[in-house]
Amino acid sequence: MNEHKTKRSILASIVPNFKSLARKGPSGWMVIFGLSIVLALVMMTALGPFVAPNDPNRTNSALITLPPSPQFPMGTNHLGQDMLSRILVGGSLMLQVSALSVLICFAVGVPLGLFSSYVGGIPDRLVSLVVDAVYAFPGLVIAIAVAAMLGPGAINMALSISVVYIPSYFRIIRSQVLTIKELSYVEAAKAIGAKWYTILSRYIFPNVIPSIVVVMTVNFADAILTAAGLTFLGLGVTYDIPDWGWDLTNGKQYIASGSWWIIMFPGLMIILLALGFTLVGEGLSEMLNPKLQK
Amino acid sequence: MALLEVNSLSIDYRTSRGVIHAVEDISFSMGKNDMLGLAGESGSGKSTLGLSLLRLVPYPGVIADGQIMIGGRNILSLSEEEMRRLRGKDVAYIFQDPMTSLNPVKRIGAHFVELITNHEPSTKKVHAIERAKKILDSLGIQSERLNDYPHQFSGGMRQRIMIGLAIALNPILVVADEPTTALDVIVQAKILDLLESLQKSYGLAVILISHDLSIILERCSSIVVMYAGHMVEYASSKELYRSPLHPYTQGLLKSIPNIELEDQKLSSIPGSPPDMLTLPKGCRFRTRCSRAGEKCQSKAPALIEVGNKHFVRCHEYVEEGVRNE
Repeated sequence: MNEHKTKRSILASIVPNFKSLARKGPSGWMVIFGLSIVLALVMMTALGPFVAPNDPNRTNSALITLPPSPQFPMGTNHLGQDMLSRILVGGSLMLQVSALSVLICFAVGVPLGLFSSYVGGIPDRLVSLVVDAVYAFPGLVIAIAVAAMLGPGAINMALSISVVYIPSYFRIIRSQVLTIKELSYVEAAKAIGAKWYTILSRYIFPNVIPSIVVVMTVNFADAILTAAGLTFLGLGVTYDIPDWGWDLTNGKQYIASGSWWIIMFPGLMIILLALGFTLVGEGLSEMLNPKLQK
Repeated sequence: MALLEVNSLSIDYRTSRGVIHAVEDISFSMGKNDMLGLAGESGSGKSTLGLSLLRLVPYPGVIADGQIMIGGRNILSLSEEEMRRLRGKDVAYIFQDPMTSLNPVKRIGAHFVELITNHEPSTKKVHAIERAKKILDSLGIQSERLNDYPHQFSGGMRQRIMIGLAIALNPILVVADEPTTALDVIVQAKILDLLESLQKSYGLAVILISHDLSIILERCSSIVVMYAGHMVEYASSKELYRSPLHPYTQGLLKSIPNIELEDQKLSSIPGSPPDMLTLPKGCRFRTRCSRAGEKCQSKAPALIEVGNKHFVRCHEYVEEGVRNE
């Protein structure tokens, strides 16, 4: 019966159910904590435009680089913009870009991995070769190259991040499918005359889902950091959209003069968001990996 | 007419190190209501032969030669789609390991529904469930348990479910590939009883593959003994038990403990099966045979009938059971 419970809580971790998550012990709390951070940041960003005390884009030459004070709790930047307002609003691009890139990765990487490894043989070799070639580059370098080619913009950023992460999906799924397709129940499915797409969709894919969920959350956290990196390097968006990554880029010039608040608060937000997703990912991977279960 | 007829079947594994003749020149036949045993050591080609009846010999295996007639049709000339329709419906396969033969993320009911609707697309899901319930009942499993996942069942129950899946569509032939190897002795007997009673009540033809000659002797009407891809002896169970001819079969029989003999020494066959890539010249068994002579080294014996539908592949015998010496 214990096994039965495990099954339930695996389902519950995919459709969050805090009560049963908490019963899972430390890994359950990791997921709860991570999800809370992410949800809080998403809510903050969604409500940001309504609660921001100032227009995040309004510059004021009289108020440049002011340290945190009751009027500006997070200070102002070199253009005299209110950092608190920019923090409240600036997450939307990052969230959109990472969500979009995770979607693209999922839509491309999962089918590619499933088909390639199920078909096997020369097609699989070719696809693996190409994917491994991409995988061999440092992620940010490829993202920069693709982003420079495509130009700025949220969708282009998402695309360039996807190029980096599709290989991770492909490789994880491929390795899983290679194991699963040799298992007896897949052979049994063939022996009862199941069609190839039935075998792929009902026998192999559902057994890969746990690993996909984990890659997705880790991918989310990484995408945020890469997105921040891209905007940090000026390959993201233009200055009129408030963005944590952009603030980070500009803030770095003012550290030397002691204006730590310009770079600290956006940096903290990015770390927090990445931490949230990493916690969810690590917690889920511990929970979904039967070998790590008691 | 025989329900299953295998004529001079040969199966090769074309590996990078060379061609392995996993099954060579095997012929046997069986009728409705028959239970045929396939005995032999690991690697003797039993499972390859079993899988070939569904044309599911794993890569790089190919059916090199011969004929497999099931219900009068040569399945080797069927298209892949016709073959797919035959699998599970006309010929069913029961795998060795019940622990991994069910999809862990699907409920038992879903396994039945998928099997039934796959072969009978017009059957509604509710009807499929009804049929599944009846089958589970006949297997001694509560029908409410259709909603459970495979991991909630014990090994013996899972094997019963596998058997239920195998007979769900009233096949004409069931291949049971070591169905009890992964189970303990008590469950083993129950599973075999179940298989036998189903075989009788449905009039199935069952091929029982096992390395355990005692199981086969007890349950099957006729026996094929395999060694290194060759059929070394083929006879009815009674005949084989009473007068085993091939030294290998004799060795196997001597290694079965007998409850009636008080002071019995169990003998074993020395050595191990040959490497299939570098088979000995002449008779394949001669390296382990205590009676091997000069002829055995130079010439491979042919399969001969020594009377009473008793076939053997050994130089010691000539047709119609006269000793050669």
